[in-house]
Amino acid sequence: MGINHFFTSKMSDALGWARKYSIFQYPFVTACCGMEYMSTAAAHYDVDRFGAGFPRFSPRQSDVLFVVGTISQKMAPVLKMVYDQMCEPKWVVAFGVCTCTGGFYDNYSTVMGIDTIIPVDIYIPGCPPRPENVLDGLMKLQEKIQKGEQSRTLYDPKTKKGRPAQLGNTP
Amino acid sequence: MTPLQTIQQHFEARLIETHDFRGDETVVIAGGLLTEMALFLKKTPELDFNYLMDLTAVDYLFFAGGRIEKRARFEVVYHFFSLKHNHRLRLKVPVEEQNPEIDSLTGLWASANWFEREVWDMFGIRFKGHPDLKRILMYEEFQGHALRKDYPFNKRQPLIGL
Ligand code: SF4
Repeated sequence: MGINHFFTSKMSDALGWARKYSIFQYPFVTACCGMEYMSTAAAHYDVDRFGAGFPRFSPRQSDVLFVVGTISQKMAPVLKMVYDQMCEPKWVVAFGVCTCTGGFYDNYSTVMGIDTIIPVDIYIPGCPPRPENVLDGLMKLQEKIQKGEQSRTLYDPKTKKGRPAQLGNTP
Repeated sequence: MTPLQTIQQHFEARLIETHDFRGDETVVIAGGLLTEMALFLKKTPELDFNYLMDLTAVDYLFFAGGRIEKRARFEVVYHFFSLKHNHRLRLKVPVEEQNPEIDSLTGLWASANWFEREVWDMFGIRFKGHPDLKRILMYEEFQGHALRKDYPFNKRQPLIGL
């Protein structure tokens, strides 16, 4: 038993290490936060130092979904479909207050936090968040990936509590 | 002669109201006169309004806390510009709440098409003669008209999720 346990835990450590330094991200960019995303991705802040420098514009090839900018009610089904198309294991980053909570758009058109639609792993608040903030979020995500943790809960605004997400119907 | 004077000379008492604030000229007319006025604005050589810059609407429900009485609940507002003469005109048309309907200007200015769809989407004002009057910003499942003052500001109609 001892030797098996030793191998599986070392194996998942190695997997986590490999995954956290080779993040293929899918930037789902819809609004002004995109500018800050570009600044983070470009040479000055350089996300490539964290192994996340390679955006894939196909959800099927990516591990982390960056939701950058306001999500409107009309856009929500598209976001859900992109998320469903990603292969496991997958993580989601909510970039900016619009995606975290809806921000100041308390109105008819905006989704009040994308965690009502898809499970979110890391929230990066700010309007828009500074690149340092984003890098901090990315490092926290790497810690999560190393531990093999993934969020599986959605937020229910009626009960103000989490509820388990129903996943696994890839279109 | 300014555009306003030309219009006043031609339409005289058929205009409801006009004003001119520091060169910003405004004409208020009844809905029945709209098509005739639009033709006049476009076809008269010294006016030559060949550019419809903006078309929107205002909902005057609860306006100034009810202290100011308006003619009708809605007002459709047009902004015209003449590229040739470099002058502008604002045209306002009151629209009743009971039957919010008004003539479409798509035949004269193609840019009216999407503007009128937006006004239909947000205020529920119908445009007679519009080729394809359907919602432009909100989804078809959306109930009501979001920019009407009696639309509850915290009402949500999500397509998916909660
Ligand atoms: S959080 Fe601020 S900067 Fe980011 S998308 Fe929303 S409004 Fe724009």
